[in-house]
Amino acid sequence: MPISALTGTRLRERRLALGLRQAELAASAGISASYLNLIEHNRRRISPALLEDLARALGVPAAALQEGAEAAILDELRSAAAAVPAAGAELDRAEDFAGRFPGWAAALVQQGLRAAALERVVEALNDRMSHDPHLSASLHEVLSAVSSVRSTAAILADTEDIEPEWRERFHRNLHEDSERLAAGAEALVAYLDTAGQAEEQGIASPQEEMEFWAAEHGWALAGAETSGLASGAARVLARAAVAQAEADARALPEPEFSAALAELGPDPSALAARFGSGVLAAFRRIALREGAAAGLVICDASGTLLLRKPLPGFALPRFGSACPLWPLFAALARPVSPIEAVIATPGPQGRRFRVRAFCQPRHPGGFRGPELREAAMLILPEPAGGEAALPVGSTCRICQREDCAARREPSILTG
Amino acid sequence: MTGRVLLIEDEQNIAEAIRFLLSRDGFEVEVQRDGVAGLQAARAAPPGLVILDLMLPGLSGIEILTALRADPRTERLPVMMLTAKGQGRDREAAEAAGVSVFMSKPFANAEMRAQVRALMGM
Repeated sequence: MPISALTGTRLRERRLALGLRQAELAASAGISASYLNLIEHNRRRISPALLEDLARALGVPAAALQEGAEAAILDELRSAAAAVPAAGAELDRAEDFAGRFPGWAAALVQQGLRAAALERVVEALNDRMSHDPHLSASLHEVLSAVSSVRSTAAILADTEDIEPEWRERFHRNLHEDSERLAAGAEALVAYLDTAGQAEEQGIASPQEEMEFWAAEHGWALAGAETSGLASGAARVLARAAVAQAEADARALPEPEFSAALAELGPDPSALAARFGSGVLAAFRRIALREGAAAGLVICDASGTLLLRKPLPGFALPRFGSACPLWPLFAALARPVSPIEAVIATPGPQGRRFRVRAFCQPRHPGGFRGPELREAAMLILPEPAGGEAALPVGSTCRICQREDCAARREPSILTG
Repeated sequence: MTGRVLLIEDEQNIAEAIRFLLSRDGFEVEVQRDGVAGLQAARAAPPGLVILDLMLPGLSGIEILTALRADPRTERLPVMMLTAKGQGRDREAAEAAGVSVFMSKPFANAEMRAQVRALMGM
């Protein structure tokens, strides 16, 4: 089977959806990260054997990365033409063009994809500039310190007859502000640099940084050291996660918890009842342990994912919103009602999982405050066969279920 | 017109620099570091000029400006707004609320002093 010009793009989408770094995927296929980068950007043709290896590491059949490639090229050609209507491309002859000049067609498609990818980056950066409170606060801090330094230094330079006590005070202020400026600049650089993630064009968020750190600690976070995180925002998230893990460990302590888990199984309601703890604490204790074969997602009332602990075979979305069919969101709409379901991921090698979801409302402001909701979904491996499964996906962009009633946007995997 | 300036700025070092410069120019400078206290001070004894930071604890600069413009005693008071976010929406909001002059941080001392003199009619 000829390998499509878009295979690299699909590989990349699939890897990002699984939250894998280029280096991790490259290592599992025995190639360098830079070579994988070239493949992902469709700059190197990939051999059928390597495609097989990468597809296996990504948990998809190799064919899924290629199927419908011809139709996909035609679609991409048409959308590239639609972006520049004034050029008057002969839309009815797209197929003819792709057939006669496959190289030129692929070049055009790649330019179109590249433009779209750059537009997304610009959009993300714009969004980050205008809506990111962390960035806005850091910039404000730096600008305030610069203002103070500029005014104070000018006073010292321009005022010949300055009184000694004022001079002394301004020197002290200059020193303070330069320290503040250094700290502010460092925080900004750490935040914008997103250390070691240049391949992702710097769009890693503090949440992703925290989750990567949590994964490195095997998700056993009680007592974990947070100082190694690059950005201040990620350290804040990590410290909150450590405090939460420690509180959960007090509510459901060892060795009693392990014994109860072995006896009752991964049932958050039963475990919470046994220890008199909150149900969400039991969710976290089950999934956030070294070697736990359980994934966990937690969201707030807006459906925003606050925590994503993946489980092999169940892709969690990195950007954008999750599949609306997840039982997590059914739980969000029905607080304090346990929901259990067997779900199946798409594709010929789709997997089955048993999920348990629960939503806990909170009222931190009492009668006059708002209701806050937090929902969790535990993801457990489920053997083949048995009860019928609810078909779900990860996120629309990489889901193959073309005629899904809940689809929000077209998938890149269907031609 | 009084030579009194009310400076509402939570950044202590910036407030000290402005207070020093304006005092040298012969103005009496009162500094408030919180939005609520700043608005109270402006209402209690309207100064000749208010210099207002945009981002303040308590009340924001825009909220203070709006309250000043809604009060007959202070509706014509000259107001200079300082902000570290000198562009776009904040500027538009300050202009819509009736700011007299907008000064972006970091500012040049000479420019700030010239604007103060102009607003004080000197």
